[in-house]
Amino acid sequence: MNNRVWVLAKRELASFFFSPIAYVVAAVFLAVSGIFFAGEVFRPGHEAQMRDLFDRQAFILVFIVPMLTMRLLAEEFRSGTIESLMTVNVRDYEVIFGKFLGTWLFFAALLVPTLIYAFMVLGYSGWAVDPGPVVGGYLGLLLLGGFYIAVGTLTSSMTRNQVISAVLAFLILSVFTFLLWGVASRLTGNWQTILRTINVYERFMDFSRGLLDLRHIIFFLSVTAGILFVAVKILESRRWR
Amino acid sequence: MIEVRNLTKYYGPVLAVDDLSFSLDKGQIIGFLGPNGAGKTTTIRILTCFMPATRGSATVAGYDVFTQSLEVRRKIGYLPESVPLYMEMRVNEYLKFRGQLRGLDRTTLKKRTGYVLEQCWLGDVATRPIGQLSKGYRQRLGLADALLHDPDVLILDEPTVGLDPTQIRATRELIKELGKRHTILLSSHILPEVEAICHRTIIIAGGRIVASGSPEELRRQICEQSRLIVEFKGSGDAIAAAVRKLPMVQNVETLPSEGAVRLAVMSKSDSREAISLLAIAQHWPILEMRQEVASLEDFFVRVVADQGKKAVLSA
Ligand SMILES: Nc1ncnc2c1ncn2[C@@H]1O[C@H](COP(=O)(O)OP(=O)(O)O)[C@@H](O)[C@H]1O
Ligand SMILES: [Mg+2]
Repeated sequence: MNNRVWVLAKRELASFFFSPIAYVVAAVFLAVSGIFFAGEVFRPGHEAQMRDLFDRQAFILVFIVPMLTMRLLAEEFRSGTIESLMTVNVRDYEVIFGKFLGTWLFFAALLVPTLIYAFMVLGYSGWAVDPGPVVGGYLGLLLLGGFYIAVGTLTSSMTRNQVISAVLAFLILSVFTFLLWGVASRLTGNWQTILRTINVYERFMDFSRGLLDLRHIIFFLSVTAGILFVAVKILESRRWR
Repeated sequence: MIEVRNLTKYYGPVLAVDDLSFSLDKGQIIGFLGPNGAGKTTTIRILTCFMPATRGSATVAGYDVFTQSLEVRRKIGYLPESVPLYMEMRVNEYLKFRGQLRGLDRTTLKKRTGYVLEQCWLGDVATRPIGQLSKGYRQRLGLADALLHDPDVLILDEPTVGLDPTQIRATRELIKELGKRHTILLSSHILPEVEAICHRTIIIAGGRIVASGSPEELRRQICEQSRLIVEFKGSGDAIAAAVRKLPMVQNVETLPSEGAVRLAVMSKSDSREAISLLAIAQHWPILEMRQEVASLEDFFVRVVADQGKKAVLSA
């Protein structure tokens, strides 16, 4: 991989460990996952599956990803570090992608402790459960998280105010996740098809059901890349103002 | 090394840099002198590819700042005015990050980090978080960062602002020392600083160059504009007329005086000798003769004030 992207990603990843908000986000994510797992999923009589937990986690991400991404560029603009960053021989896309990657790695690290739950479910069922939905669920979370982080990177590149960046990201993610899902189920015909196409939550739920659809994977990857491309253009456009 | 032609920058309707042209040869230290708001930072930000110019062009080491921005940025070490740093990082971590971003390999990075830590007296704070450092240390870290990749061109925006007098002196010495190996452009609003460090000074005000040259050349410009005051014993217009006839004299003004002739003489070159010989020949005793010495400081204040007046008039 491009070395500068990796250098930027490492710095971004490291800076999360100095950010109180990142700890709060991590704690909330793991606590909610844990409570839900203990209370709902991992109890006698419940089907041995992780799907309900995955769906719940995807839901929480809409709230917590904006808190991880709000700082990415907005803080560089506010503190002026953007000046020393952009006057080194880095390309704009390397900056955006490095920041995206660092955040995504932090997010991926957040998922690691929840692997324990997966092993508990699989173990207690005597390894009789199909691991497909578990693998699919994690893949889905990684893809969905990537998409969310791309949106957050984009909104962070638009302002020097972290709060505006977070609120904007939250609003956009809510539309993609909840609104389209809610509206789509009430519509019929072409409109429903269109809304279903861009509704990420429904696509995600296919993953947690164990349905590894290549079209979904391509959808997430290309939409994430497209959003990051817009963020690069916005960063470039700052030079014109 | 740096070539600036007709550089102009508008922030919306605000004209910050107005048709600036200058050039800087390899190995020179050039000082950008001007009051706050003169357009120094704006010019520097264009040269470092942080923002584009509205009109005009600039090249650094032969590369165009707009079309070959990556090459330019590779050649430049830049200390921004506000010295932006990542407060949560430690000094050595920060330098490692910046060096890796610059693409230095492991051994070079190690060598250069050691060198800049020593050059900028940062050795004893190498493992401290930047957020805990005083302004002086941060300034030096910014300088260390600018030096890290051993750039051909160093661009320093107000490198001594916010330092205490000892640090200021040390920093000036360091810059002078660095001038032996690097081409340096620095900005300042403090005249003696530029005078002490730079081979050449460009005075800018209101986004325009109002004077430029070596310290001696600037002095000469001042002498041309300073007057010689001479008082002769005697009376009548004959004295003034004779002085006016001297070849180098450009203008003579008669000042009010009791029982003597008092003249203010402006001339192309030094006229003191010619005037005293004339006085001896004509038996006009000289009671007083003195140069109205304008210091570089006065000069600076005056050109800046002139510029301000012009700006008001044209507004
Ligand atoms: N980002 C900006 N937006 C609008 N105006 C600006 C901006 N930066 C500087 N200016 C204006 O441009 C002029 C020159 O500023 P600057 O280059 O910072 O001067 P200096 O560095 O010599 O103090 C000033 O009038 C300043 O108010
Ligand atoms: Mg300035």
